[in-house]
Amino acid sequence: MDNWYRVGAERDLGTPLVPGESLVSLHIDGMEVTVPEGTSVMRAASLSGTNIPKLCATEDLEPFGSCRMCLVQIEGRPGFPASCTTAVSEGMIVRTQSPQIAKLRRNVMELYISDHPLDCLTCPTNGNCELQDMAGAVGLREVRYGYEGENHLDKGKDETAPYFTFDASKCIVCSRCVRACEEQQGTFALTIQGRGFDSQIVASQNDDFAQSECVSCGACVKACPTATLTEKTIIAKGQPDKATVTTCAYCGVGCSFRAEMQGDELVRMVPNRDGHANHGHACVKGRFAFGYATHDDRITTPMIRDSIRDAWREVSWEEAISYAAKSMKDIQSKYGRKSIGGITSSRCTNEEVFVVQKFIRGAMGNNNVDTCARVCHSPTGYGLKTTLGESAGTQTFDSVMKADAIMIIGANPTEAHPVFGSMMKRRLRQGAGLIIVDPRATDLVDGTHIKADQHLQLKPGTNVAVINALAHVVISEGLEDKAFIESRCEVEAYQIWREFIAREENSPEALESVTGVAANEIREAARLFANAGNGAIYYGLGVTEHSQGSTMVMGIANLAMATGNIGREGVGVNPLRGQNNVQGSCDMGSFPHEFPGYRHVSDEATRGLFESAWGVTLDDQPGYRIPNMFDAAIDGSFKGLYIQGEDMAQSDPDTQHVQAALESMECVIVQDLFLNETAKYAHVFLPGSSFLEKDGTFTNAERRISPVRKVMQPKSGKAEWQVTCELSSAMGYPMSYEHPREIMDEIARLTPTFNGVSFEKLDELGSIQWPCNDEAPLGTPMMHREEFVRGKGYFAPTPYVPTDERSTSRYPLLLTTGRILSQYNVGAQTRRTHNMEFHSEDRIEIHPSDAEIRGIVHGSWVGIKSRAGETVLRADVTNRVLPGVVYTTFHHPESGANVVTTDNSDWATNCPEYKVTAIQAYPVSSPSEWQKMFANFHEEQTELHNKRKRIDRVLAKS
Amino acid sequence: MTVNTDKLIRMAEQIAANMAYTDDQAVVAAKIADHLGRFWDPRMLQAIKEQAASEPASLSPVLLAAVTSLG
Repeated sequence: MDNWYRVGAERDLGTPLVPGESLVSLHIDGMEVTVPEGTSVMRAASLSGTNIPKLCATEDLEPFGSCRMCLVQIEGRPGFPASCTTAVSEGMIVRTQSPQIAKLRRNVMELYISDHPLDCLTCPTNGNCELQDMAGAVGLREVRYGYEGENHLDKGKDETAPYFTFDASKCIVCSRCVRACEEQQGTFALTIQGRGFDSQIVASQNDDFAQSECVSCGACVKACPTATLTEKTIIAKGQPDKATVTTCAYCGVGCSFRAEMQGDELVRMVPNRDGHANHGHACVKGRFAFGYATHDDRITTPMIRDSIRDAWREVSWEEAISYAAKSMKDIQSKYGRKSIGGITSSRCTNEEVFVVQKFIRGAMGNNNVDTCARVCHSPTGYGLKTTLGESAGTQTFDSVMKADAIMIIGANPTEAHPVFGSMMKRRLRQGAGLIIVDPRATDLVDGTHIKADQHLQLKPGTNVAVINALAHVVISEGLEDKAFIESRCEVEAYQIWREFIAREENSPEALESVTGVAANEIREAARLFANAGNGAIYYGLGVTEHSQGSTMVMGIANLAMATGNIGREGVGVNPLRGQNNVQGSCDMGSFPHEFPGYRHVSDEATRGLFESAWGVTLDDQPGYRIPNMFDAAIDGSFKGLYIQGEDMAQSDPDTQHVQAALESMECVIVQDLFLNETAKYAHVFLPGSSFLEKDGTFTNAERRISPVRKVMQPKSGKAEWQVTCELSSAMGYPMSYEHPREIMDEIARLTPTFNGVSFEKLDELGSIQWPCNDEAPLGTPMMHREEFVRGKGYFAPTPYVPTDERSTSRYPLLLTTGRILSQYNVGAQTRRTHNMEFHSEDRIEIHPSDAEIRGIVHGSWVGIKSRAGETVLRADVTNRVLPGVVYTTFHHPESGANVVTTDNSDWATNCPEYKVTAIQAYPVSSPSEWQKMFANFHEEQTELHNKRKRIDRVLAKS
Repeated sequence: MTVNTDKLIRMAEQIAANMAYTDDQAVVAAKIADHLGRFWDPRMLQAIKEQAASEPASLSPVLLAAVTSLG
């Protein structure tokens, strides 16, 4: 099916949709029109086929009524009201055109053009400029004022933002950019300074964009009707001519974009107004940071080598696959069937991941398959499956707009899920209550027009104590929703939990010294949450990446059930999944103990279904998780690993342990875009493809399956799933498909929650939230409506077990980690874009009192040492963290943030305890030993890569 | 004890501590055993069973009971 369309075909109805139950009928230019009550006259006219001229109005923003272009005549009303700010009424009679209206519009346009450059033919928005269009629409023929008067034509350009230009001479002060920054993004970076003729758009305190609070989301650029705010790629390349809808490859929001092209060159990514997750908004990464896909660092030719100390050799696909397959088979002959395994990518499509786990199970004959969810949300899988019956969040993102009290635990949505963060901010500005549970003062604690009602600034490692204390208050003060509990939850389990949570040891008072949070603050927070009509909990890796990650997830589910906050809009348990397809990767069975659809490998019926479909006997025992693979590698029993799109040498904890494990293996196969940190330990490199080069699907944090559409051919010449299939065939388990849609059809046949999913249905619906089957043919926005997936909800007791990782006299500070808006995880993508201008290095945040007694000053080099290792980072002395707590990000490999994180992990899933590491900090003047080793190894491996040559060429010459 | 067995014991004791919401040791042991059976690779199970057999004092009583019940 053809999913391409011409750029510029998108309609803008002028003002936002106003949902209304009752309908209103009116006459516009003699035609009867019926629309929901509350709709603007402008939108009603658009819907009936009449586009009233407009400049300051756009469907993406609330009406403003400033440009005076959209004037109409309404019978019985004096003057010429603006159609954008006038709501329809029953029996209204509207004229959108008349000689007087035409004259007024021309006169208004004449004023605009008297102060506007007339360089249309060389202007970057030539052919795609609303001002140009409106000048044509109103029939402007002359500017009687002449051009000698005062004007703004000599205003300069601000080109400091890396991705767009602000050309003030072209601004018509329609305020769309200011309103976009307020309403859509919620950053409030732009304002109109001055009045009358002196009015001008400025960023922050009249700063350059790069110095201002602007976060480069691009909402203002999209909103701008002129060339004032224009993408630099448009300036460089010109207007795109065709587009298709695809899905972002960065975070778990899964924004829908229009990829606008010239041929097979991507000109820009424009957020899709019809995107079900993002509704036309985006962040700096998805909107602008796509340059990595065509970066010089891309490797597009397969490479092999016998040892990691050898130079790489470029070879053909046939040779690379044959070499890889033979190496893996030889290892199995020597060390056993279970001595090899694979890791699927949470950045690749559902189809690609499904094929990898099928390859591991079918060709390798074991269940040694895992994915990066291991290190982020595996506790979500365990915790929610145990309590609610399904390993996924319960709501849509839109649900937040009906929340009355929002609790954010261990998450930083404005940085890590920015588009959802903006939606949440909109709800908070409307008055929803806010409770933040975080050791750090994130932006939402006290941001622009947002202030948390309660910030429970707990000590790292005490999450479960806090959630138990909150639940204790709910029960002890009689705030529980008895009706919900009785009708929806298991009675016996509830009684056991109730008895447990009511114990004095779980009271806020008893736990105050443990958590560092005052008892009355916990009580206020619990009352705020329990008494709100709709209470919603959002959480992230600050919950899961702990030794009690799974326990905390269960504690969150317990609190939600106890307060009756599941099963409708505005409530729910909402894990903010990090990666673009980590949800999908889990759904596709990338777990050593589960097949696709979260069914245990020991389940005979399920295993029989897959054995029959795949024509192979499958292992019925759980395999190794990633940490187990590394331990077994060092032990000598695990020797081969196929890694699709993951970089554990940078992302996983205890880097030196990971490096030792990789070095212990005899065949490491990396399938990726770049020679990443893990590839430096590889023997086979299979070039992968970016999201622009593939057809498939991603599943976001809402369980929303969205299409990924190919806009350019894979640079390596092969689709990633094709490579996996060929490797599988070479290892003796033939696999082949003609197109990813066939893979999705197979997934649908074998996975009940995906039964109704197909590429055709996705083309039709735009996106589908699983479960999608006979019971829910259009998908399931909200789960656990009438009953939980497991039937009755299960209250799981959650004893607080302090982590072994505690501050000591030797390591007196606690390190926690997090993410930043402009860089993404290990930075493989964002470090290869202009986003480097926003965050070129990781820094360590340290409280002034901790810094002072150590002689550490802002910007100086600081050594950080834990029982696992040592690294050096530059200091950021700040009050965002409490005394005793330090914080850093992990986007740059040379930072070595994971050199210091330990092998402590969640008891149930082995999710690493990234969020609690005991360290000491001290001033230094040189990099750490590990960093010196890293720099040398990096140089060595880069040289080995540079020495690569095609075997054929060498043989031909000799 | 090898380094790997040390780690297995540490992981298993962690599971035990997180199941200990009740004083009823039989219930706790059963929950530990269930978790190990569902999530641990058979080689890891074998290693800890061997450890329990050769050095029972290296495991806490409830963990020992759980591992023993795995047969």
